[in-house]
Amino acid sequence: MSVGLVLTQALNGLQLGILLFLLAAGLTLVFGIMNFVNLAHGSLYMMGAYFAAAVFDRTGSFLLAGAVAIPATMVLGVVVERIALIHLYSRDHLDQVLATFGLILFFNELVRIIWGPASVYMNAPAALSGTVNLFGLPYPSYRFAIIATGLAVGAGLYVLIHRTRIGMLIRAGATHPEIVAALGVNVRRLNTLVFGLGAALAGLAGLMAGPIVSVQPGMGEPILILTLVVIVTGGIGSIRGAFYGALIVGVVDTIGRAFLPTLLREFLERSLAQAAGPAIASVLIYVLMAVVLAIRPQGLFPVRHG
Amino acid sequence: MRNVTPSRIVAAVLLVGLGLVPVIAAAIGEPYYITLFTRIVIFAIAATGLNLILGYGAMVSFGHSMYVGIGAYAVGILSFHGIGNGWAQLAVAIAAGIVFAVVIGLVCLRTGGVAFIMITLAFAQMVYFLAVGLKEYGGDDGLAIGARSDFGVFSLASNTTLYYVAFAVLVLVLVVFERLVHSRFGMVLRGCRSNERRMAALGFPTLRYRLVAYVISALVCVIAGMLLANLARFAAPSYMAWQASGDLIVMIVLGGMGTIVGPAAGAVALLVLEEILAGITTHWMIVLGPAIVLIVLTAKKGLYGYLVGREATRPPPADERP
Amino acid sequence: MTLLAVSGLVKRFGGLAATDGVDLTVAPGELHAVIGPNGAGKTTLINQLTGELAPDAGEIRFDNRDITREPVSRRALMGIGRSYQITSVFPEFSALVNVMLAVQAHAGHSFSFWRPLKAEAALVERARDALAHAGLAARADVPVAALAHGERRQLEMAMTLAPGPRLLLLDEPMAGMSLAESERLITLLATLKGRYAILLVEHDMDAVFKLADRISVLVYGRVIACGDGEAIRANPDVRDAYLGDQDEAG
Repeated sequence: MSVGLVLTQALNGLQLGILLFLLAAGLTLVFGIMNFVNLAHGSLYMMGAYFAAAVFDRTGSFLLAGAVAIPATMVLGVVVERIALIHLYSRDHLDQVLATFGLILFFNELVRIIWGPASVYMNAPAALSGTVNLFGLPYPSYRFAIIATGLAVGAGLYVLIHRTRIGMLIRAGATHPEIVAALGVNVRRLNTLVFGLGAALAGLAGLMAGPIVSVQPGMGEPILILTLVVIVTGGIGSIRGAFYGALIVGVVDTIGRAFLPTLLREFLERSLAQAAGPAIASVLIYVLMAVVLAIRPQGLFPVRHG
Repeated sequence: MRNVTPSRIVAAVLLVGLGLVPVIAAAIGEPYYITLFTRIVIFAIAATGLNLILGYGAMVSFGHSMYVGIGAYAVGILSFHGIGNGWAQLAVAIAAGIVFAVVIGLVCLRTGGVAFIMITLAFAQMVYFLAVGLKEYGGDDGLAIGARSDFGVFSLASNTTLYYVAFAVLVLVLVVFERLVHSRFGMVLRGCRSNERRMAALGFPTLRYRLVAYVISALVCVIAGMLLANLARFAAPSYMAWQASGDLIVMIVLGGMGTIVGPAAGAVALLVLEEILAGITTHWMIVLGPAIVLIVLTAKKGLYGYLVGREATRPPPADERP
Repeated sequence: MTLLAVSGLVKRFGGLAATDGVDLTVAPGELHAVIGPNGAGKTTLINQLTGELAPDAGEIRFDNRDITREPVSRRALMGIGRSYQITSVFPEFSALVNVMLAVQAHAGHSFSFWRPLKAEAALVERARDALAHAGLAARADVPVAALAHGERRQLEMAMTLAPGPRLLLLDEPMAGMSLAESERLITLLATLKGRYAILLVEHDMDAVFKLADRISVLVYGRVIACGDGEAIRANPDVRDAYLGDQDEAG
């Protein structure tokens, strides 16, 4: 196990973490402000990936794919919010979970009808098909671009939330919704704005994941559940929690899968290690979540009230 | 009968109807219906089990299919090692169910509201991946089961026996739960649904009672899982996929949560509906998905509520914010 | 001899000390009232005594045992009963079942899964007695959702008294009551006085001065004065911080 390999896997973990952060940020904001559990967030990610793959298939341009996929996902998110979800804000979480569960079934079947049950492929842009040299280590340029884009978006979100009036309202809305309403802010428009922002981030995540995962029906749910792990580990409603939670989950999951089976071989009998290694590696992040929650039920970076 | 109430009529019609399924299937020469309805009864058992905490305890577990999977794998793994005795399988399944439910329940119940939903979902996914990682037991592909469980006095080898065993389990669970929700324990559970803080201030160590309810509810699903493995002669990770947990919740809400018979009625309704839709188009989920949204938006009482003309009891809206 | 002894209790929310070094005692049979302007930290204090909030520093002793870290339910079983400022009952059950739950909590464990609660004659009887004592005998089988506001407050009192607590923590029991209802409650409290140790948090000054053996004045999380009614009325700090405002307002 060389230093280079560890570094590569760490970067892969960082890259997964960045994707998770893009999803977790939108989901946690929507939850924080509207007290709304949107399981269909993963479906928006999937739709973003499909929109991107479809445009890429026609035009061969990754930039064009992004230019269409991100706004299209945002519009889709806002439309879904206005048609269905808006009726659910005042309902209990069970209703929200159930209705968005129905939406997931709908979207998965919709892409199966339009694009078929098999995977759709898209390539990374030609300019990013090579490798970059990081400390003497070749690393795929595209994955590196994901990390850079994600960090830039994260910085942008930070500025938006901490340095602008809208961000002030979003933060206030997460902790004191009644005060925001009392200030005469159109809460409904604020909700739609946040929802649209979350959808756009999901679309961006879908676009960027397109070339490195298989774009297929149901692709949104495994990552949605990882995102939920990120959110509860980081602290529900907290952007900061989403960021650190995403990086921790991304790195632990990737490193665990890459090295745990080999590590176990040092301690266990070879056949046992081979059998148990992958199973243990795949549950590592859930164990991490359980440990965090056992010690801090409110997550690592809970939203401060008052 | 002393009191002929609408709810008793609904329960009687449902149970008599289910009891006659093998007779009717034999009369019309469609043995397939026995298999279909065994599946329906098994999910009715699981939905009834989940409803104990979801409907009576306001604990929205989005991960209860993991316990169905644990029951199925207990049968599968023991059978794989040549142990076909049903009692041994039952003992192992219950023991495994208790271990998982106590550990997972303790972590989940320390949180509340929306975190509970997310964490139960995440733990179910964890057990799902655990099963996928068990390469020796088929991994992703699942595990074929050579022979159905043999309980000595009876064996589940015949489809009709399996059906009646599943049916008997359902009736037993319904009767026990009908008693349970009015017992001391049931009243504590329902008190916690209504106002857990007050229950603690009255002197109830609420976590203990909620955990026991969670474990009972999980064990009912474990038994449903054992029956499912026998029916399909197969144990697969897909039994504990998150969609399967979602389906259980749909059954409960469709039938009427917080009622004893409602979830079983919901299981029958949902699975029959799926069967009909699947006969019309392979893309039946495109109809089912929006149908679920509509049910949530419009039908608050559940089927059972409409039939007996009363509002199903819902947990109060969770007002805790993170 | 003291039943409840609080010393050096501190609870901070962020930078704000809601409880700032409170010392307080309640003797058996004593009615000790805590008064103070809004935001003085009265409910925060009660919540620490019941265990719903964990203090940052200080000690709470009940019956000579340190209960600072005991969970809510265990304190309740030791004999600390409370009523809430905002009525906290179970709206979906009948009044009788509400009180039965209160009795049940103190009558052994509840891991009984088969026998209907309503078949437990001893519990039913005690609950009916408590309801009758609170003047709700005729309303026993009415769902709580159908009770009037004042009746719910009476029910809450019945639930607090039914298990036979040794210390009562009453958080503004007269809040939102009509004049007649308040009068009735004052009469009830007067009958309880001497039989129970009572910590009464209340805004109604008439009630406090009529009932209390001792009064503590809480301002910004600190006890600025403690004594009998005479001493409190005469205390210049109290007049400044609290009663002065009242005079102006009245």
